[in-house]
Amino acid sequence: MTRLVTASIAVLGIAVLVALDASATPPNPYKAPPLLALGSGTAPSGGFCGALPEPAGT
Amino acid sequence: MTTLTAPRDTAAAPLLRRGGLVLAAIAIVFAAALLAGGRFGLMLAIGLGFGIVLEGLRFGFAGPWRAMILRRDPAGLWAQLLAIGIVTLVALPMISAGTGELTGAQAPVGFAMIAGAFIFGAAMQVVLGCGSGTLVNAGSGNAVALVALPFFAIGSFAGAYHLIWWTDLGALPIISFSGWRGVAVTLLGLAAIAALLWKLAPPEHRRLPRRLVVAAVLVAAFAILNLIVSGQPWGVVYGLGLWAAKAASAAGADLSGSAFWSAPGSLERLKSSILTDYTSLTNIGIVLGAFLVASWRVGGLSQKIPALPLQAWLAAIVAGFLLGYSSRLAFGCNVGAFFSGISTGSLHGWVWFAAAFVGSIYGIRLRSLVKLEPKP
Repeated sequence: MTRLVTASIAVLGIAVLVALDASATPPNPYKAPPLLALGSGTAPSGGFCGALPEPAGT
Repeated sequence: MTTLTAPRDTAAAPLLRRGGLVLAAIAIVFAAALLAGGRFGLMLAIGLGFGIVLEGLRFGFAGPWRAMILRRDPAGLWAQLLAIGIVTLVALPMISAGTGELTGAQAPVGFAMIAGAFIFGAAMQVVLGCGSGTLVNAGSGNAVALVALPFFAIGSFAGAYHLIWWTDLGALPIISFSGWRGVAVTLLGLAAIAALLWKLAPPEHRRLPRRLVVAAVLVAAFAILNLIVSGQPWGVVYGLGLWAAKAASAAGADLSGSAFWSAPGSLERLKSSILTDYTSLTNIGIVLGAFLVASWRVGGLSQKIPALPLQAWLAAIVAGFLLGYSSRLAFGCNVGAFFSGISTGSLHGWVWFAAAFVGSIYGIRLRSLVKLEPKP
């Protein structure tokens, strides 16, 4: 078995993940934020590994 | 006739393959932009850029630390410090001058954070892949990374699940350096480490190859773009944990027992597409970018998978899980804590570096013990 097989499994795994997720929670491009966060006037709201969870009600 | 056309056909084959790879990459980015929105397409493109640079120019984290520990070769580590320094120069002033549109990778130093970084350092040497490295290695066909990756995601999910319990064991308030003063402190710190490495290195290793300079500049450029586009620094492990959390949720698991996964922001992201999660998009891009480069190279994917004993595969599974779990306690991996933490002024990035480096010294010894490589 060569690396072609394992690399293809990785890419296929990603494709399956995205496809399953898109079918369960389809994205909505009409709710998309502005192209750049810088200059958008909105605070970042993405998940990040360094962030503690924000308590409810904040 | 055949002898005249055969060489032309052979020469055309890589061109066709490479053209196809470029077109596929562009199509995937456009598809993400159309399905989810322009910002998310851009984030996928940035992730592809990371993957292409990391694999194409062989810029990594675990390997260079190993080279420093075993051979006192600091080149790769210097390149990391250079990239962090460039990002610091741009990111810290932008974050400080902004109106809250951009945020840094700031987190508290604590007992669990230090222990997490130590374990991460050890585990990343066992599989020879850090947060970004495991993604790159999986995309370029490394079987150990491919086995470790799903367990990395499960570990990240579990670590986040228990994060508050661990953090409650004791942590300082968040300490960070900001503005131009923060830039000066950070650059001085980076320069001091670079000088220490110079002193430790033998004369024949006191050089930084041009390839690594180019890679450091490009990685820094993509990290700055990551910040400008998403409003947050480059990270890896949150996205992996989110994938596992979504899978657990879809399988009917109740996540309400976790303060982390039941927080409003987490609930919102669990209900949203991963095509709208920044770290997921850059992670996907890194795997695809590494695949693109490996496929681009002549013979890049024709290497045989090494035959390893069962013990080595089990070690890859355990180390993969520990990579994910420990990086959540440590508030990030080599990317989210070390690279982005230091470059955005967080003290925890420096502490992470020290603890993970000590962990790496032990991890290198473990790698041969679990038969992932022959004993020296």
